[in-house]
Amino acid sequence: MFQKKECVAMLLAGGQGSRLYTLTEKTAKPAVPFGGKYRIIDFTLSNCVNSGIDTVGVLTQYQPLQLNEYIGTGQPWDLDRNMGGVSVLPPYQGMKGADWYKGTANAIYQNLDFLDRYDPEYVLVLSGDHIYKMDYAAMLDFHKEKNADCTIAVLTVPMEEASRFGIMNAREDGEIFEFEEKPKQPKSDKASMGIYIFSYKKLRKYLIDDENTPGSSNDFGKNIIPNMLNAGERMYAYPFVGYWKDVGTISSLWEGNMDLLGEHPNFNLYDRSWRIFFRSTGNPPQYVGEEASIVNSIITEGCEIYGTVENSVLFSGVYVAPGAVIRDSVIMNDVRIEAGATVDYSIISTNTAIGEGATVGAPKAEGVGIAVVGAELSVPAGKTIPAGEMVNSAKLAEICAKNN
Amino acid sequence: MAAGIIFANLTNKNIPELTAVRTQASVPFGGRYRLIDFVLSCMVNAGIKDVNVITSYNYQSLVDHLGSGKDWDLARRTGGLRLLTPNIASFSTRGTSRYDTRLDALYSISDALAKTKDELLVIADSDAIFNIDIADMIAKHKESGADLTFAVKRMTLCGNQSEQYNLYDSDADGNLTEVAAHPRFVEGERDVSMNLWIANRTFLLSAIQDAAAHGHDSLTKGIVARYMGRADMKVYRYDGFFACTGSLEDYFACSMQLTTDKAMRDGLFSEKNQPIITKVRNSPSTQYVEGSSVKNSMIADGCVIEGTVENCILFRGVRVEKGSVVKNCILFQDTMVGEGSRLNCVITDKNVVIRNGVTLSGHPNKPFYIDKNKMI
Repeated sequence: MFQKKECVAMLLAGGQGSRLYTLTEKTAKPAVPFGGKYRIIDFTLSNCVNSGIDTVGVLTQYQPLQLNEYIGTGQPWDLDRNMGGVSVLPPYQGMKGADWYKGTANAIYQNLDFLDRYDPEYVLVLSGDHIYKMDYAAMLDFHKEKNADCTIAVLTVPMEEASRFGIMNAREDGEIFEFEEKPKQPKSDKASMGIYIFSYKKLRKYLIDDENTPGSSNDFGKNIIPNMLNAGERMYAYPFVGYWKDVGTISSLWEGNMDLLGEHPNFNLYDRSWRIFFRSTGNPPQYVGEEASIVNSIITEGCEIYGTVENSVLFSGVYVAPGAVIRDSVIMNDVRIEAGATVDYSIISTNTAIGEGATVGAPKAEGVGIAVVGAELSVPAGKTIPAGEMVNSAKLAEICAKNN
Repeated sequence: MAAGIIFANLTNKNIPELTAVRTQASVPFGGRYRLIDFVLSCMVNAGIKDVNVITSYNYQSLVDHLGSGKDWDLARRTGGLRLLTPNIASFSTRGTSRYDTRLDALYSISDALAKTKDELLVIADSDAIFNIDIADMIAKHKESGADLTFAVKRMTLCGNQSEQYNLYDSDADGNLTEVAAHPRFVEGERDVSMNLWIANRTFLLSAIQDAAAHGHDSLTKGIVARYMGRADMKVYRYDGFFACTGSLEDYFACSMQLTTDKAMRDGLFSEKNQPIITKVRNSPSTQYVEGSSVKNSMIADGCVIEGTVENCILFRGVRVEKGSVVKNCILFQDTMVGEGSRLNCVITDKNVVIRNGVTLSGHPNKPFYIDKNKMI
């Protein structure tokens, strides 16, 4: 027997995130570390739980190993439940053959059986690659109040950037009359955040119709939303106010991390009433040594700091040796920065070591790019990783061979 | 396999200040831990899946900390964590069990112990700080065929330090030869009991009944001393870090040692495959705001530091505001230090608020303690 759930969340976590280069070489984008303690997916999962949603399907496809392991039973988010909880939903083989998820809509279509078990009134569709805090319960109230078939969360963006987004043109009461994907001449500054609430009966019908339409991209933005609009369904835009960031590129991931710094950070994680949950690493408290100097940075448990850290985000278990200098950088879990090494304007992925006296990146300035060093690498002592370089093991071998 | 038994309250009188509102087991230590985390983690790391925590009063904080035991993977259908609260029955032929001593507590739960399938019992107090490989101790215990094995640590005692310990003497083969319970003014190199024992269950059960029948109420005197020569009792030498928090001064000194002694930090927290596990609080990382200065300090997550912090232990969620200077202090969870305040040798309990411009100082030998929820 299954409990009926009023609202079930479906979290799209299968994207490759190719614009994060080496950071997503071995892991899906939602599992990329963020903000000292988190993975990107923690924000959406925590939003679900804080909004009272206890049944979440996570749709995985690209490099799911780390993501599966990270989600586990869902215990860190209180999603280890007998009725509902978190379910990881990978593509599967069926009687008629096996299909990868062909698009966002197809991913949900392939899991209609999963949804049917909970007999939900509403389905919340989310993407697992955005950083924000949002009360989905308030959005659901809005959806019910408008008696809508579909509600789309929208964010006001600067007009000059509007052409990068899917733009919702809506009437004063929020009813959407037009949707334009990346319009050249945007008519509104209300951008879709990729967060949808559907009345399940309607969604089910449109997903099946879409599946039976030859040549469809099976995508929410390209197919389902336009089809529903054309058919005259009740579609509403729900205005979201607050911090929201798509961290799908190296520069936006860097910026997102930097938004956590300062006395009044752009994105505040210190509010205990809307906690972001994560799987704990169980490290001891951080230790700051005699010669350490830390300015405008966030530092996490398990770190040992003997050097200089400025304007940076350090994840758990980072070791900074005496004389090492880190500026304007994001240093992920268990990185070792040896004595005399300098790291400027860089992102260094998990478990990597930067040898004595090595130099990574160049001081942040106009025209200088972010240097990225992938996971599980070892930059030998004295070597230089130039600014803007994306370093994986092949690239590192190439740089070392140059013997700089 | 073995089952664990932990006494949560027995040593409460050691630090009356910190145990006014909690058990000794739930006294905070080291920035994010409670004292029970050390022995409990050691048990869990040794593969013990069945742990009984015996508590008699003031156990609200302990219940809150341990919860279902899930942070230690002890929320289990079979076995797992069991909290044994006092059995104060109105109509009991056995009388009331308040677990006043170890022997009394063990006697009270002997019915339950008789039913367990575990052949070995690992029994411990919760006032000690160590990271011991209990799996190795169990292996040595089995190998030797002893009835009881006691963990001991060699210490150099001076003055009247000996009074807070039980001293266990043994021969070259590790056979226990003599015990002295809390002797006064014994100085020099001695093996002190870590109050961590492994017992064969059937032996212990009969010894408990025997000692209780003879009116004993102390485990050391009623069992260890009485069975000398009659039972096979061995010592297990541990050479890692060990400290017992016998007083607020001890507690303060031991905490301060964490800020200066890397070997102690590594021995406790970086032992391979022996993590010290605690309740997860999901705090964000700690924020070091422009203008802050931090040295020689152990700092938990979720803190916001705007002022100067030196030689301190900061627990989760502490705030040190602009212009304040905090030296040689232990600030418990969610302490707030207002702008321009100066603290030296101060211990603040949970949720203490120090308002702007306050100056407070204790002395390394006599730290100034501020109790829970106080505003200064």
